[in-house]
Amino acid sequence: MDVAEMVNDIKRADLLQMYYYLRLTRTLEDRITALYRQGRIMGGVYTSNGMEAIAVGYASALERDDIIAPYHRDMGAFLIRGITPGEVIAQYLGKRTCPTKGKDGNVHMGDLKRGVIGFVSHLADNLPVATGAALAFKIRGESRVVVTNTGDGGTSRGDFHEALNFAAVRKLPVVFFCNNNQYAYSTPLHLQMAIRDVVERAKAYGMPGEIVDGNDMAAVYMAAQRAIRRARAGEGPTFIECKTMRMHGHSEHDSAKYVPSELLEEWKKRDPILKAEQLLTRLGYADEIVFREVGERVKKEVEAGLEFAEQSPLPKGPEALEGVFATDDEVKP
Amino acid sequence: MTTTAQPAMPHEVTYLEAISEALDEEMARDERVFLMGEDIGPYGGAFRITEGFQKKYGEWRVLDTPLSESGFVGAAIGAAMMGMRPVVEMQFADFISCAFDQITEVAAKNHYRWGAVVPMVIRAPFGGGVHGGPFHSECPEGWFFHSPGLKLVAPSTPYDAKGLLKAAIRDPNPVIYFEHKFLYRRLKAVLPTEDYIVPIGKAEVKRVGRDVSVITYGAMVHLALEAADLLAKEGIDLEVVDLRTLIPIDKDTIFESVRKTSKAIMLHEDNKTGGIGAEIAALLAEECFDCLDGPILRIAAPDTPVPFSTPLEEFFLPKVGDVVAAARKLAAY
Repeated sequence: MDVAEMVNDIKRADLLQMYYYLRLTRTLEDRITALYRQGRIMGGVYTSNGMEAIAVGYASALERDDIIAPYHRDMGAFLIRGITPGEVIAQYLGKRTCPTKGKDGNVHMGDLKRGVIGFVSHLADNLPVATGAALAFKIRGESRVVVTNTGDGGTSRGDFHEALNFAAVRKLPVVFFCNNNQYAYSTPLHLQMAIRDVVERAKAYGMPGEIVDGNDMAAVYMAAQRAIRRARAGEGPTFIECKTMRMHGHSEHDSAKYVPSELLEEWKKRDPILKAEQLLTRLGYADEIVFREVGERVKKEVEAGLEFAEQSPLPKGPEALEGVFATDDEVKP
Repeated sequence: MTTTAQPAMPHEVTYLEAISEALDEEMARDERVFLMGEDIGPYGGAFRITEGFQKKYGEWRVLDTPLSESGFVGAAIGAAMMGMRPVVEMQFADFISCAFDQITEVAAKNHYRWGAVVPMVIRAPFGGGVHGGPFHSECPEGWFFHSPGLKLVAPSTPYDAKGLLKAAIRDPNPVIYFEHKFLYRRLKAVLPTEDYIVPIGKAEVKRVGRDVSVITYGAMVHLALEAADLLAKEGIDLEVVDLRTLIPIDKDTIFESVRKTSKAIMLHEDNKTGGIGAEIAALLAEECFDCLDGPILRIAAPDTPVPFSTPLEEFFLPKVGDVVAAARKLAAY
């Protein structure tokens, strides 16, 4: 059965929900980019433009108690776990109301209450951490699962290999996604690795791997479901390579002139939102009117988020000294 | 589930056995505590600290890991965030450099950045005098002394070894526990049968004296005590301050000692430049300048790797004679 047929098994409400999150992600990140261009945001702006379907797809396949350990092109996953557009913009603006209270910026945020492990800039560092969260679930006999993600560049790091190896040896309930967007900052794939498909790396660890169209939310969702089911059943980790294309620069300051424009033109035709709309139309689940309504809804939500963030207070300077160490009352004795 | 360890009769234990007892008792009292490391399972660890543990606690609480320090430290971080209390063993402290990134960027910064609590312990068998050469003798504490968010402890006696390890396991922060290999089987003591901890952040005056303060930790404490016995014969009364905790540093005990003696020697086995002694010397210059009656002296290893051949290593390590000479020099002021 091919993807086009299997998609019939996904509930209409779930597909519409994913579509909504694609639009929310795109609109929120476009707004953040605009704020950056106006000089209202300091520091880096890392978007998932053109790659939104990956995070939306995998995060939609998780249960409430599951955990994500995302990276910086996973805005949709943050939103699905309940981090609000207002909190995201507050994070970019360094406001006290964001998940890091201004201690860290942009997409470097986490909140264990919402099942999000925050990541560090050092790519692939979150993979061993995700593996350890899965180890805790395995030790305690819980049926929870962890999904983590990194880019094609991140798979060159030692931590990527150490995490996959350990997870496979111990058959841990973790799913490794790879957003293969063909460039790590300016470095193209062929200078990153000598293999054609990142998924080949999985074989070396005795782990099943598959390639999916990273611009197809339904394909990502179904692949995530399969891998999550395996993990929950105690059958161990899976590696999923999502083929996609980074449509913006590494960060918004980067014009990405090193990417051939024909390549971008080609991938524009495969835009994940466009593809989702084609799918929803084909299935008869939605039409232009619905798409417009969703667009208006997410625009309102993003504007409300911006208002929340702008009205939020900045932290006071001496708050920089707080929180270096945890205190006993933050843990169970 | 909480079980109590077998009530022990008073008996003499080595420094090494004190570490084993602490691990055993903490694993018995708290099922969240589990161990990870290389060869710690059936083999019982390179130094046999976890001998018999896997039989007693099972394969999932005493995990042999692949040879991947970064991977298993990262995994410990993830498990700790999920509510476990991992204790990982570096086979030798030297190998901690492989996990440097996970320790300094993820474990140390998580709580500050986004409030995630990381209660974990890294056991690091460190120090020279064991003919280990450059990669089995290092004192890497200086690398972490400069990384806010970590607690560092370095016991010098069996009593402190047990009490500090228990305190480290119960602490809500990442703690690096530097256990000195030279002391493993050279020291013995009768320990209390009841549960006790040595609080993190408290130095101890191991010998009260009035003329010169030696501020030290780890195996060097015993060098200072030996020097004190020799100096007593010539009427120089040495006070030996054992830091026990390196971070957070117990300034009160250090300052109190130096305000009394007016003379201070920093003694450590780590390289001299940028070592912990340099920091304490600076603190004394800032806070106790008006009570100093002589220069602050440092006795430390030279700025070289730890050499292998016996005469080279003997030359490299601080000696009792160095402490005696420095104390005489200060006493003459």
